[in-house]
Amino acid sequence: MAEVIKDVILEYVKNEYLEEGDDREVNFDTPLISGGIVDSFSMVSLKVFLETKYNIQIPDSKATPEAFDSVNNIVVLLKEFNIE
Amino acid sequence: MYSPETRSIFLNELTGIKSAGLFKEERAICAPQSSEIEVEFPIGSEKKKVINMCANNYLGLSSHPEVVEAARRGLDHRGYGMSSVRFICGTQDIHKELERKLTEFLGTEDTVLFPSCFDANAGVFEATLNENDVMIADRLVHASIVDGMRLCKAQQDTFKHSDMNHLEQKLQLHQNKRIRMIITDGSFSMDGDLAKLDKIVELAEKYNAMVFIDESHTSGFIGKTGRGTHEHFGVMGKIDIITTTLGKALGGASGGCVSGRKEIVEMCRQRGRPYLFSNTVAPVVVEGALKVLDLISKSTERRNKLENNTMFWRKGLTEAGFIIKEGETPIVPVMLFNAKLSQDFSKDLYSEGIYAVGFFFPVVPKGQARIRTQLSAAHEIHHLEKALEAFIKVGKKYEILGKTKQEIIDRYGM
Repeated sequence: MAEVIKDVILEYVKNEYLEEGDDREVNFDTPLISGGIVDSFSMVSLKVFLETKYNIQIPDSKATPEAFDSVNNIVVLLKEFNIE
Repeated sequence: MYSPETRSIFLNELTGIKSAGLFKEERAICAPQSSEIEVEFPIGSEKKKVINMCANNYLGLSSHPEVVEAARRGLDHRGYGMSSVRFICGTQDIHKELERKLTEFLGTEDTVLFPSCFDANAGVFEATLNENDVMIADRLVHASIVDGMRLCKAQQDTFKHSDMNHLEQKLQLHQNKRIRMIITDGSFSMDGDLAKLDKIVELAEKYNAMVFIDESHTSGFIGKTGRGTHEHFGVMGKIDIITTTLGKALGGASGGCVSGRKEIVEMCRQRGRPYLFSNTVAPVVVEGALKVLDLISKSTERRNKLENNTMFWRKGLTEAGFIIKEGETPIVPVMLFNAKLSQDFSKDLYSEGIYAVGFFFPVVPKGQARIRTQLSAAHEIHHLEKALEAFIKVGKKYEILGKTKQEIIDRYGM
């Protein structure tokens, strides 16, 4: 299941944040926010996606740039909501 | 108490900003705003006469004699300040007149003034939307919109810059919301491109969404008579909320507004916190802005001159072999990609008598550093010829003329 969640999030990140022709490699460990792929403003889309997809509410105190900084970090965050 | 330990916290922060190359230094301009100015940089050093290529003085009205005279009249007839917010005892007849004139100019239903457009953007979302609604913003909107959205309880979402397919997906995703509001700048201040407003309006009609645009970098000169992006795309009357500034083309002093559907404007008067809890726009500024609207409603001469200057500048840079961001606005970014190169280039331009600033991450995305140039109706062709000469001289020094993006990146890095 964990593998599937990882893949779903990675796929979403690629579609949501990479422009057409952007050939940057994004994997499970790629720094998304500190790496300049996702800025703190557009991060809200990722939060909306996770909340809708997994039917959870992520409080702002947990939706930090660190928690969203890689697909692997997001997987750790989701575990707190029993999503794994 | 400001203990040595507390002081060191802030000193460390400032050192961090400096070592990241993000420390901003002010330059002192020892003259009214214009196309040619005397500048002290660093402050305290000898004054230098330079051509200004980085002001938002698009129509060249910031120091126009008739505007200055009108402001002086305002000072004589309505005083220096009001010492009040609008709704207590800060509204004069001239504030109401300016709101009427802005409504007429923008082709909307009503207008309310704010101390700045930053304040308008900071207040409008919270005043109108709640947790049942969603705000869907272009990812490159101005910082004030980002802050305004953060203050609002409505859900936030974003779409890729000017990507209409992505916007449509987001509108579909949020069909269950009470109100969907599409949020965009009319012209994007870092890239100089225009929002695809005709397409946005089409999508808004298809998916029952409101449209919000920030016209700070278009009011006064985009569109045949300078009304803005909505005039340019033939969608006047179809934009629900327009925010704009009096601090750029429209006189350049300060002040902003929310203009649009009358109920929305009234909500801002009732609930817009920067309107309710901040001082009224000074009479001097109001009279100056009234004169600006009068001048640009009578004649399109200045916006036409700006358009010609823009075409001359874009053509000149392109023919010289620079990579510029395509577009039709007077914001013309010269792409250098590398942050250090953009800083060095700007310094060399200054030595040549040209004032233009380099921008790099985090102001623009990584690897997209640039010199942002801005045209004005106050520029004469001889100013632009001199500026072009300087750009070419510095461009040759760094051997970037005629080079592709990849060649520049290969040489200087991202």
